[in-house]
Amino acid sequence: MTLDRLLLTGGTVVDGGGERRLDVRIADGVIVEIGVALDADPALERVLDAQGCIVGPGFVDLHTHLREPGMTEAETIATGSAAAALGGYTAVVAMPNTDPTQDCVEVVEFVRNRGREVGLCDVRPSGSITIGRAGVQLTPFSELAAVGVHLFTDDGSGVQDAGLMRRALEYAGELGLLLAQHCEVAAMTHGAVMHEGDCCSHLGLPGWPALAEELMVHRDIELCRLTGSPVHLLHLSTARSVELVRAAKADGLPVTAEATPHHISLTDEALRAFDARFKVNPPLRTMADVEAVRRGLLDGAIDAVATDHAPHPAHAKERPLDEAPPGMLGLETALGVTRKVLDTNWQKLFELLSTGPARIAGLADAHGRPVEVGEPANLVVIDPDVDWEVDPGGLASLSNNTPYIGMGLRSRVRHTIFHGRAVVIDREVNR
Amino acid sequence: MSERRHFRSIAEVGVDSVRRLLDLTDHMAEVSRRPNPKVPALRGRTVCNLFFEDSTRTRMSFDTAAKRLSADTMTLAVGSSSVNKGESLRDTVETLSAMGVDAFVVRHRTAGVPWQISGWTDAVVVNAGDGWHAHPTQALLDAYTIMNRRGTKNFEGLSVAIVGDIRHSRVARSVTEILTMLGATVTHVAPRTLLPPMNPTPSTHALDDLIGSVDVLYMLRIQTERMGTGLVPGGSEYTDRFALTPSRARRLRPDSLVMHPGPMNRGVEITVDPSELPQSVITAQVTNGIAARMAVLFDLLGSTAGLEEG
Repeated sequence: MTLDRLLLTGGTVVDGGGERRLDVRIADGVIVEIGVALDADPALERVLDAQGCIVGPGFVDLHTHLREPGMTEAETIATGSAAAALGGYTAVVAMPNTDPTQDCVEVVEFVRNRGREVGLCDVRPSGSITIGRAGVQLTPFSELAAVGVHLFTDDGSGVQDAGLMRRALEYAGELGLLLAQHCEVAAMTHGAVMHEGDCCSHLGLPGWPALAEELMVHRDIELCRLTGSPVHLLHLSTARSVELVRAAKADGLPVTAEATPHHISLTDEALRAFDARFKVNPPLRTMADVEAVRRGLLDGAIDAVATDHAPHPAHAKERPLDEAPPGMLGLETALGVTRKVLDTNWQKLFELLSTGPARIAGLADAHGRPVEVGEPANLVVIDPDVDWEVDPGGLASLSNNTPYIGMGLRSRVRHTIFHGRAVVIDREVNR
Repeated sequence: MSERRHFRSIAEVGVDSVRRLLDLTDHMAEVSRRPNPKVPALRGRTVCNLFFEDSTRTRMSFDTAAKRLSADTMTLAVGSSSVNKGESLRDTVETLSAMGVDAFVVRHRTAGVPWQISGWTDAVVVNAGDGWHAHPTQALLDAYTIMNRRGTKNFEGLSVAIVGDIRHSRVARSVTEILTMLGATVTHVAPRTLLPPMNPTPSTHALDDLIGSVDVLYMLRIQTERMGTGLVPGGSEYTDRFALTPSRARRLRPDSLVMHPGPMNRGVEITVDPSELPQSVITAQVTNGIAARMAVLFDLLGSTAGLEEG
């Protein structure tokens, strides 16, 4: 028996073509046969039970912090890849705010190669827009593109200088590359710990106003209009941001956007217990924002769910709120949270978790594909009706800063197939 | 650990406990007036003052309160602590807890630290000021001072103006909370830049419109480093608009009260000499602070016996 031959039996296949009860046979990394009740040959292939399950294209995360190189106390490419695979992801875009920064060929190649060695998902490094994410000097876009970088971002901070951002868009656009913005006008958020609103006023914590995000969303939409170059807007968190993107799309601009599971499930009220696990950037907003972001995902204003998976060691989250670093885990809970709070069908969920982000990340040749003969076998098998709670001690991630302790989640990944190999079988990583 | 009672904010304590603590403060004020103001109520108990932010006055007030109740006290001030050597907040608290602490009195520059600490110790936690958030013993001593001076426990209809840097003031938040809870009407007086972004309390920037009518004028300290920033212009503009000046003092009703949590910036938010201002109860606030803190410590750690002279 070889691991390269798999048969998924009894599942319901969901992709852009609809929902169909089909078995799926995989060999040498490719889907070789689909049909009703295919005959299994246990001597030649591994049979994976997908009875009652949803089978669809593996998820693609536009926004993962793998923390390696430099911050391997929080996460490594190995542990982050395992968390991704368990969450149903077959590809992740690794954010560039590592130490050193992913601003040169050497660091990017290190991340890419380490991802390949681990082999649990496609690790696609992003590049920073500016050297050291310092907002001053552009990185070598063309050199980085030559080693596989498609998405560039200074995530962790926004590019503050509008003139520089304009030049970066002009330069990236003609190379066919995508710039992604962390929208935050830093002059409005000095020292901010949480959303500026009723809750922060009561708690006496410095506020992060919604406008600090919306001003940069608006600025970059106008820069997109001026340059014609595409812009991707990271982790949108406010109602007005969603409106601005919706209007830009109506104008036909090449703007895309993502939203995180936590910005559609949690509000600033969570900070009332002064628990730094709920400190994140951009911050958790109000229920009205949560509802607006959900609507944006459902009506197409926002193209993708992206995790902003941001591991931090426990001691860092035990520091006073102003010192504790922002960010929360996301890879292993993204499906469970999204299914719980978004009232939609599986086709739409795959659009938001797989097809949409694959297109944006420039990975649509291998990920987010239809489940058809000849297609690369990057697939996820989901128990759709399982209700579960996250066990912070049982996560594959090296950190345990999940905000979802005690919250009921719905739907769970059973198997993940990456390049034709079963990397997760029955919720366990298969190394 | 979560079931244990603490004294971290007025809202958390609730109105019934606040009224009980006001009565207890009155009792402790009586104890403090005795020739020997020391009682054995907390004999054998250890109170640890954990001050991550310098505050000599509050620390001495808590220390005196604990000693009058016969508690053993220890003090960790940040300058001499291993926190500066990289030890985490949690390690510090767990280490001190292991030495046998019954109560931590916590002051920290960041909101929420007393709540974080509560998760790491079996001791009770008293908030001695966290960031811009809360300073509940200050609120208790202020409510007691008003009650004592006016000779009534009824706060209904009492009009209070709190003047100054509300946004960055834990005192303003806690005093507003306790007085509103007891039935008073509180107005914040400040420029928009020094109010919380979403302020549920009525506010005005026109001090002169209400100075002649209020029952209590509560002046806040303004940090001089806020002057000349984006928050307040430099020079004398703040003083001109918001300070208690001699001309404003002349407009105060004779029976109104002037309060200040200290330390005062003379010449900035107050340009009259409070010792020559008959309405001032600023010194009484300091005295009552010890009684209020005795009440809080006794309420959390004491038994009903033990208030007799030792």
